[in-house]
Amino acid sequence: MKLYFLKSLRSFLQVNKPLAWSQLSHNKVRLAVAMTGVAFSNILIFTQLGLRALLFDGITLVPQNLKGDLFLTSAYSPTIDFGSFPRIFLYKAAAVEGVASASPLYIGTGNWVNPELILKQPTISEDKKDPKKVNFFPNRVRILAFNPVQPVFDLPEVNQQVDLLKIPGGLLFDRLSQSQLGPVSQIYDRVGHVTTIMDKRRTSVVGLFSMGSTFFHKGHVIMSDWNYAAFQGQSKLKNVSVGILTIEPDADIEQVQQRLKSSLKDVTVLTRSELMEAEQNFRAQFPEGKILNFGAVVGFIVGVVIVYQVLYADVSDHLPEYATLKAMGYSDVSLLRVVLTEAAILAILGFIPGFFTSYGMYSLLVAITRIPLVMRADIVLQVFLLTLTMCAISAAIATNKLRSADPADVF
Amino acid sequence: MNPIVSIENLNHSFGQGALRKTVLTDINLQLYPGEIVILEGPSGSGKTTLLTLIGALRSVQEGSLKIIDRELYRANKQQLIQIRNQIGFIFQSHNLLKCLRVWENVSMSLKLHKDIPKRDRRSRSLDILSAVGMGDRADYYLDSLSGGQKQRVAIARALVSRPKLVLADEPTSSLDSKSGRTVVEIMQRLAKDEGCTVLLVTHDNRILDIADRIVHMEDGSLLKN
Repeated sequence: MKLYFLKSLRSFLQVNKPLAWSQLSHNKVRLAVAMTGVAFSNILIFTQLGLRALLFDGITLVPQNLKGDLFLTSAYSPTIDFGSFPRIFLYKAAAVEGVASASPLYIGTGNWVNPELILKQPTISEDKKDPKKVNFFPNRVRILAFNPVQPVFDLPEVNQQVDLLKIPGGLLFDRLSQSQLGPVSQIYDRVGHVTTIMDKRRTSVVGLFSMGSTFFHKGHVIMSDWNYAAFQGQSKLKNVSVGILTIEPDADIEQVQQRLKSSLKDVTVLTRSELMEAEQNFRAQFPEGKILNFGAVVGFIVGVVIVYQVLYADVSDHLPEYATLKAMGYSDVSLLRVVLTEAAILAILGFIPGFFTSYGMYSLLVAITRIPLVMRADIVLQVFLLTLTMCAISAAIATNKLRSADPADVF
Repeated sequence: MNPIVSIENLNHSFGQGALRKTVLTDINLQLYPGEIVILEGPSGSGKTTLLTLIGALRSVQEGSLKIIDRELYRANKQQLIQIRNQIGFIFQSHNLLKCLRVWENVSMSLKLHKDIPKRDRRSRSLDILSAVGMGDRADYYLDSLSGGQKQRVAIARALVSRPKLVLADEPTSSLDSKSGRTVVEIMQRLAKDEGCTVLLVTHDNRILDIADRIVHMEDGSLLKN
C-alpha cells in the first residue's frame, strides 16, 4: 500500500515537474549564487526596515500599554512628549455623555544617576586623575506619572504594585531600560530596593516592570502624580499630557469621539490607533527614516540586478533550446511563464535563508540595543512581496532576450 | 489522395526596397501521406527558407501554402503555433534540453497535446525511445550520450506525438557515416510504420537512397526531374 503510494507520488512528480525547476536545479552553482543573491538582498531590506522599526517602534510603547478607549492630547503639539493641556478639559470630557471615566497621565523627563556611581564613593584623588570625566549628556529617563487611584496602564505588573507608588520618593523602574542607566534590576533583585538620585532628589526603586526603551528615551520610570509633583513642582499637575478616557460599555466609540470633538476645543480626541499613528507620523518626519528607506531601496535594486543576471544567463545559455520549443509549438506566453516561474522559485528559495539570517540579526540588535524589535508578520509579508516583485521585474527584463529567440533561426 | 503539403506559386523574399532579394520563386510542390521526400541543392538555394515556411515558422508572403488542409497564407500567429503542434521537427543540432532526462525531453512535445493524458506521457515516451533503440537510456541525462544517440532522441521527440508531417534539416550533418545511416534508417522505418510524410533537407548523398522522391532546388526554384 505504502509502496503503491510512493510509486504514484513518484510518477505524479515525474509528470508534473515544472520545466522551470529543472532548468534551475540542473546548474547547482548558479542556483546557489541566485539564492545567495536573493537572500543577501532580503537581509539588506530586513536590516534597513528593522533599523527603521528600531527607531520608530518604541515610540508607540506608551499608547500601546495604556488602558482606555479614547485619548485626549494637546491640539498644539505633534507628540505627547512635548505638549500638554489644562486638566480642566479632563473634567469637561468626563461630563460628556458616554464617557465612563477620565484619568490623567503626566509625561516628563528626569536626570537619572546610575546607582552604581553612588555605591562606590569616588575619592578626590580618583577625580583628579581623570578631570575630563564630566558627563555632559546626563542619562535622561522618561517619567510616566498618574494618580494611583486611577491606574492608566494595562500592565499587570504595574497595577499590582500601584500601592507602592504611594511611598514618598518611590518609583517603578523599567527593567528593559538601556544599560547606561545602571544595573537597576539586578541590584533590585538582589537587595530588594535600589536607592539613587533623580533630578537631584533621593529616590528609591520600589518595584520593576517591563515595557521597553526607545531610540529617544533610555528608559521609563513610573511614579505617582503626588511624587511627580514633589520632584518637579506642583504646577506640573495643572497640565495633563494624555487624558485617558474609558467609555460606557454600551456606548459607540465613534459617536462619543464625535461628541467630545464638538464639545472640546484645543484638544484632539484620538482612538488608540490614531494616537499611535500620530506618534509615528511625528517621528517619521525625522530624516533617519528616509535614509533607512533609501537603504531598503538599495537592497531591492541589488536583488533585481542579481536575479536579472542569473535569469539572463539562463535564457542566453538556452536560447537555441527555447527557440526549438517555440518551433515545436510552445507559445511565447508559455515560455515567459517558465522564466517567471524560475523567478518565483528563486524568490521563495532565497527568501527562506534571508529570513532566518535576518531573524538572527534582529535578535542580535535587540540584545545590543534593548529596544524591542520583533519580526513583525506585516514586515515579513512586505519583504516577501518585495522579493516577489523584485524577481518579477528581473524576469520581465530577462524575457526581452527570450522574445528574440526566433524559431526560424534554429534551422 | 489529399496531399499533406500543397504549395502553389509560392514566392518569398528578404529585405526591403532596393535591398530586396528574392529567395524563392514560383514554388509548386505537393507532398503526399507516407512519402519520404529529400530536398537537395547547393547552399543558398533557399532550401532552409522553404522548410521554415512549411514549418509555419515564417509568414507566407505570396502564394498558397496548405498544411494538412490549413492555409498558412495570412494565418495569424496563434494559427501558426497550432499548425506547428502538428509537425515534428528534427534539427541539424539536436537542441535537446540539458536539464531534462532523455524521456522528459521526449515528453516535452507530448505536453503540447492536451488530449494525451498526463499519466500516459512516460509510457508513450518510453515506447518511442525503444523504437529508436534508446529505451535503456530513458532516465539518463544528455551529457552521457553520444551525438548519434542525441539525434535519435531528437527523432523520438519529433515522432512521439505521431505527427502527420516531419521536417528534418540535415539531421546527419554532425554525425559520422555509420550513426548517420542508423539515424535515417530509424526515421525511414518509423515514417513507414506511422504513415507520416517526411521532408528531409540534406547535402549528404550517402542517404539519398532512403527517399521515395528527390526534389532538387537551385537559385530559389525547384527543378523537375
